[in-house]
Amino acid sequence: MNRPVLFLLLSLFWMLLTWPPDLPDSSYLQDVGVGLVVVALVTWMMGRPIETPARRWLEPKRYGWMIVYLFVLSAYVVKANLEVAYRVFHPAMPIRPGILKVKTRLRLPAAQTVLGNSITLTPGTLSVDVREDGELMVHWINIRTLEEEEATRQLIGRFEWFVERIFE
Amino acid sequence: MNNEIGLVIIAAGLFFELAGCIGMVRFPDVYNRLQAGTKCVTLGVCLILLGTLFMTDTLPLQLKALLCIVFILITSPTAAHALARAARVSGVKLWDGSVVDQFEKE
Repeated sequence: MNRPVLFLLLSLFWMLLTWPPDLPDSSYLQDVGVGLVVVALVTWMMGRPIETPARRWLEPKRYGWMIVYLFVLSAYVVKANLEVAYRVFHPAMPIRPGILKVKTRLRLPAAQTVLGNSITLTPGTLSVDVREDGELMVHWINIRTLEEEEATRQLIGRFEWFVERIFE
Repeated sequence: MNNEIGLVIIAAGLFFELAGCIGMVRFPDVYNRLQAGTKCVTLGVCLILLGTLFMTDTLPLQLKALLCIVFILITSPTAAHALARAARVSGVKLWDGSVVDQFEKE
């Protein structure tokens, strides 16, 4: 995603937020003006635009997977919350926390970002660091296994498959 | 649209918000607190916004609620990640009862 695309996306977001226009009330024009200035500033300040090959945005099946993934993720988010809420309200507070290192086969920065955010939103896990070579440091609130392959499978296996189909 | 459905969703959201807040107090270290803080509060806020979406009939308002949900789903885990990473890199210790720490400095 290069800078012009980012600029357009952010502008669209801002337009939707300030919609509908209260014309002839002139304050709407001020809103849009301020918004465009801020969007321009943000686009300019962004150090390294996210690199995604443009043709990938044109393949419809990626959007299909994205919608499926949204539902899968929502289910996991609700489950995650019930799990954390259980640990919060349980008198003995049954937690076994720690930071684990797992490896992902995803290579695109955008895919790694989405994977990291998904981990943070779901059952008892929080991504602490994501390295470019695909190593993730994950804080797990209730460690079930210390064995690397099993931990990898339990932590990221359920998302990697989807994210790979959306981005890679 | 429908007041009752909206109220039920908002009540569920409030429950998760409460769980998140109690978790922030009860959990032992910064990483566990972030877990409670991000997960429960993200879902709590999303449910409250969803409830507002159900309770109102104005399309612009519903659209804004939806946009805010998307925005929170993107920013909240990113912020938690930044906080956790900053804490670990600057050497904040894990809780004594922690099982393992495989974090490696770059």
